[in-house]
Amino acid sequence: MTGPALELEALHKNFGRVPIIRGVDLAIAAGERHAVIGPNGAGKSTLFHLISGRLVPSSGRIRLNGADITGHAPYEINRRGLARSFQVTNIFPRLSVFENVRCAAMWSMGYRTSLWRAVEGLADLTARTEHVLEQINLIDRRDLPAGVLTYAEQRALEIGITIVGGGDVILLDEPTAGMSRSETEHAVALIRKVTEGRTLVMVEHDMGVVFDLADRISVLVYGQIIASDTPERVRANPAVQEAYLGTAVATPA
Amino acid sequence: MSAAVQSGVRRTARGRGWARTGLWLAVAAVFLLLPHLFASGTGLTTMSLMAIMIIFALSYNMLLGQTGMLSFGHAVYYGLGGFLVVHAMNAIIGAHLPVPLVLLPLVGGAAGLFFGIIFGSVSTRRGGTAFAMISLGLGELVGASALILRDFFGGEDGITTNRTKLLHVAGLNFGPQLQVYYLIAGWCLLCMMAMYALTRTPFGRICNAVRDNPERAAFIGYNTQSVRFIAFCLAGLFAGIAGGLTAINFEIMNAANVGAAPSGIVLLMTYIGGVGNFAGPVIGAILITFLQVMLSDATEIWQLYLGLLFIVMVSFAPGGIAGLIAMHAPVWRARLLHRLAPAYALALLLGLVTFAGAALALEMAYRLSAGSEGGTAFRFLHVPVEAASAAPWSLAVLLAVPGFIGFRRVLPIVGNVWATTLAEARQGRGR
Repeated sequence: MTGPALELEALHKNFGRVPIIRGVDLAIAAGERHAVIGPNGAGKSTLFHLISGRLVPSSGRIRLNGADITGHAPYEINRRGLARSFQVTNIFPRLSVFENVRCAAMWSMGYRTSLWRAVEGLADLTARTEHVLEQINLIDRRDLPAGVLTYAEQRALEIGITIVGGGDVILLDEPTAGMSRSETEHAVALIRKVTEGRTLVMVEHDMGVVFDLADRISVLVYGQIIASDTPERVRANPAVQEAYLGTAVATPA
Repeated sequence: MSAAVQSGVRRTARGRGWARTGLWLAVAAVFLLLPHLFASGTGLTTMSLMAIMIIFALSYNMLLGQTGMLSFGHAVYYGLGGFLVVHAMNAIIGAHLPVPLVLLPLVGGAAGLFFGIIFGSVSTRRGGTAFAMISLGLGELVGASALILRDFFGGEDGITTNRTKLLHVAGLNFGPQLQVYYLIAGWCLLCMMAMYALTRTPFGRICNAVRDNPERAAFIGYNTQSVRFIAFCLAGLFAGIAGGLTAINFEIMNAANVGAAPSGIVLLMTYIGGVGNFAGPVIGAILITFLQVMLSDATEIWQLYLGLLFIVMVSFAPGGIAGLIAMHAPVWRARLLHRLAPAYALALLLGLVTFAGAALALEMAYRLSAGSEGGTAFRFLHVPVEAASAAPWSLAVLLAVPGFIGFRRVLPIVGNVWATTLAEARQGRGR
């Protein structure tokens, strides 16, 4: 593919008369690891909701692999190859860990809402599910209801659900939020591993994670992108330092 | 995963497959043998009704338990299925068509599916409360239409038919209730297996996902609206089969069959049996049908007791009877069930004493009220009672009040015994 994997054009979103996203233009190349940072209330999560179809933009266009997905329903966008995780863990609490991941793999593997086949008999589906469970290190917890997992395990499951469908554009909304130091390190390694060869867009507050993972960084302030560049240049950008309280960016942990 | 582990997994999967086959064979054997144990007319009628209600309750649980859709109008598909079968039977009889009775439930299924598609396309657009309200509205709509459209629904008298006038195959005329029982039991087994198989398909699994978290289901590629719609249509199909069997069983359908009462009963059955387990609605259908038959013989206010049972279950055992049984599985596996027995027996005894007192008071209140025409003298547990005298009222209070106080005292003890036994059972497994 030659064009960008994800392209935002003059994107606006108002809640009532309050503008939250005020004209975002952004192109993210295929295979890029892209981080969106910005102070609280800058509109990062809203931006993700717009891209993934949870919210409909007030104006502007969103293109995924060149196709216009503006205003499409979440399931349509997901079927076109975009998968996302949530800032607040969003899993199927009463289903087993295994079932959580398997359900997330079914549509993309063509089983959809089949009424004729028993899921246990679908060897490729089971294999894909087990592969992802091993990647996210939850293979030993496979039969537990997802609701009883620890917080860090649920975050890992959240990533597993997001990546198992084979989407080529992955949106992760604060994947390491609330994690301890060692859990974060583990999560970063996991994200690096599972997004290999895919396009990754993530919102993240932990600057260590951002500078560790991202090829490019966009800085969102009051609904506008004030800089979008490599980590080094973003760090050196005076406008970013001024808008983004400077210190955190200037001295990454 | 290593090859050895994988083949192990496959072996356990095959083992589960055999266990399932064995289980279905056992169910089939039970269906076959039951008429020999309960050969009386009442026995056969009750069992026929139970088998029909098993299908109806399981179809309801495809919505409530599996997809998280609370319907207040499921009898629409059951009743319309039944009416279509009655009309089809009469048409077949009138035109002397060579159609055997055994196939008629298919007409009910087709009708249930058809109306499921029509009404489902409206009601399943939204989940949650909106769906529940629309289902209630549709139920009222069809229930009211049934009283107005007298040609189709036959008004309060209903529409009758004669199941013996259809094509006789292998000498079966379906006059005797035993033959009808076997017809119903066969369909029940078939429907149970089909509905169980559906829970194991990709569709069945995504229903559970939509129930748990519809929003997330949309972000893994599923249109929750169409998942709900398919579930609704299939539930309509099986409800229609149950309705068709009802038509064959009673040879009459009337407006009450599509009304609010059967919609409420199926909810009660499913919930009391347990929505979280495939066996739950089966247990609920058997128990509630049994209570309906037995209680309605014993007392005129039996629906009140059914309502009380429902309230008790919702308050104390939201997982239903199947949930209670599943809860005890680890204790049973650890062979510690006997530890619970004394506490349970004490609680049960006190509960029964309380209930006896309360039931006596309720029955007397009913005799004294204007609604009762049998006078104030009646028999309570075969003992003659005069409701207009003081003695039985004192007895009712003496049973109910201390019984209730004792029951409340015993409950925390039961809780303690349960907690320690469960902890021990889990520890035993960990070793």
